[in-house]
Amino acid sequence: MGRMSFVFRRLALLVPTAVGVTIITFFMVHLIPGNPAVTILGEHATPSAVAALDRQWGLDKPLADQYWLFIDRLFHGNLGQSLYYGTSVSSLVTSRLPATLWLLCYSAVLAVVISVPLATLAASRKDAVRDHVVRVVPMLGLGMPAFWLGLILQTWLGTRLRLFPVTGYGQDFLGHLHTMFLPSLTVAVALCPVLIRSLRASMLGVLGAEFVTTARAKGVPAQRLLVRHVLRNAIIPAVTVLGINIGYLIGGTLIVEQVFAIPGIGSLMIGGIFDRDFPVIQAVALVYGVLVVLVNLLTDVAYVALDPRVRFDA
Amino acid sequence: MSAVSATQAPAPVPVPAARARRRRARWYRQPTLLVGLTLLAVILFMCYGAPLLTSFNPDTQNLEEPLARIGQYGHLLGTDQEGRDTWARLLYGGQVDLRVAVIAVLFPFVLGTILGSLAGYFGSWVDVIVMRLIDIVVAFPFFVLVIALVFVLGTGEKSIYIAITAVGWVSYARITRGEITVAKRQEYVLAAQSGGLSSLRIIGRHLLPNVITQSIVYAMSDIVQNMLAIVTLSYLGLGIQPPTPDWGTMISAGQNFLTTQWQLTTIPGLAVVLTGLSLSLIGDGLADLLRPGTS
Repeated sequence: MGRMSFVFRRLALLVPTAVGVTIITFFMVHLIPGNPAVTILGEHATPSAVAALDRQWGLDKPLADQYWLFIDRLFHGNLGQSLYYGTSVSSLVTSRLPATLWLLCYSAVLAVVISVPLATLAASRKDAVRDHVVRVVPMLGLGMPAFWLGLILQTWLGTRLRLFPVTGYGQDFLGHLHTMFLPSLTVAVALCPVLIRSLRASMLGVLGAEFVTTARAKGVPAQRLLVRHVLRNAIIPAVTVLGINIGYLIGGTLIVEQVFAIPGIGSLMIGGIFDRDFPVIQAVALVYGVLVVLVNLLTDVAYVALDPRVRFDA
Repeated sequence: MSAVSATQAPAPVPVPAARARRRRARWYRQPTLLVGLTLLAVILFMCYGAPLLTSFNPDTQNLEEPLARIGQYGHLLGTDQEGRDTWARLLYGGQVDLRVAVIAVLFPFVLGTILGSLAGYFGSWVDVIVMRLIDIVVAFPFFVLVIALVFVLGTGEKSIYIAITAVGWVSYARITRGEITVAKRQEYVLAAQSGGLSSLRIIGRHLLPNVITQSIVYAMSDIVQNMLAIVTLSYLGLGIQPPTPDWGTMISAGQNFLTTQWQLTTIPGLAVVLTGLSLSLIGDGLADLLRPGTS
């Protein structure tokens, strides 16, 4: 099978998942106890407002019709009206998406920048003190609440030492880099333990390969061997691990956006929770689902692009 | 509590006597497991032995002593803005968070194991349905789905359990399915099949005891993830409801006083980190112990 047909088959597999994602977000309305329209509108639930919302979502129609209406609107780029802002949810999401994407990419880059040297350090001498330290210390990050780390970094590096802005998104490219450093670091810290572990394991695997022994016998210096021969081969499984954990990474940005007041879709969703703005929550959940599915696709494609040995019969 | 009992009796894996002896002789030589267990024991003792460690009631407000500093008026870690003793709230709050995190692991564990073993054992359309379901659930970031579900279902402990189960079963199903797909081709299963045992009996009595260890190891890190979810939900006001003490609400309530009363936010966060570390170490040690040679 060729590269292109692999990509197309992978794309075809997306269809059932994408349908499932829309079904789950659609059914969220029906999980609301009691009459959804009354619950959602809360104190604003006048009979006419309830009737209007019932009509807007088709809640008075059979379930299948409701779902069809939902999908029909979706394909027209209509994610509904925000109950709080009064504007269309799709325009809210589009205006907020760049900040979230920035945060995501920045955190992924930071996670790689932190993890690669540490994993190399650990793998360079298995079971030495540095190996144990690199294996155990990042474990602290596994149980660290992202919002808590964010608050601590904000207070110490932001408010006390004034090294970084505490909130916001920044103006231009450099501004983004500077302003988004603390939030991205917060997200990256949660990802590093997993990344370091897999990178270390795959480097140790590559170190045992015969071509490494050959290179060593030829007198390739240790550092060059690690970087040029081992790391390059070990990084491919790590890309997959990064891809698999992208859902986790994206989930981490949600709360971090809230803590650092970044105008992304995560803080939009949490704001929606405080304002009981159901259409916003539903739409953002949907966008997150689509984002994860797309990133997983990209990871798979990157995997075949990076590794010439991959056969396309997966 | 079940975390501890689970670690002491990993799984009734039928192993030759010599290997079992070696295993018993070895578990206490696993430094990560030992450190993790000790740390967890200390945390459990502090939380559940709270009446021995503090004389303050975690819920008693004292509006004459708000935001006391560390050690002021006899409050070991000071008080919060309502004059409640931080040390007492920390200990009692740990009881709540640990209990909810451990209970929240049980339902997904059972559900995921059942679905995973059915998918792995029967294959064909059962497998297709379960795998598609898994694909759909993992398409959502864990936090996004949990937060959205708890919001939709209404705040409270019950919603937390439902939301975490709805999202968390996926990992157990994946693990169990993978293990059973391999194990079902082994001879002892073929023997049981040709002996005419029912499929349910083969799965329950023969396959699961052999494949469950992986899920138990994973459950350790899952407790950590649940704990983070609960604390995060509480931070957002969707989790444990005040006045019940809990680490998430403590962090959230203290954040306005971070520059003056750093301990209000920092200490509960550290408690979460240390609990997470202990469970991660246990999970790591267990993985080393149960799967020799793959550390």
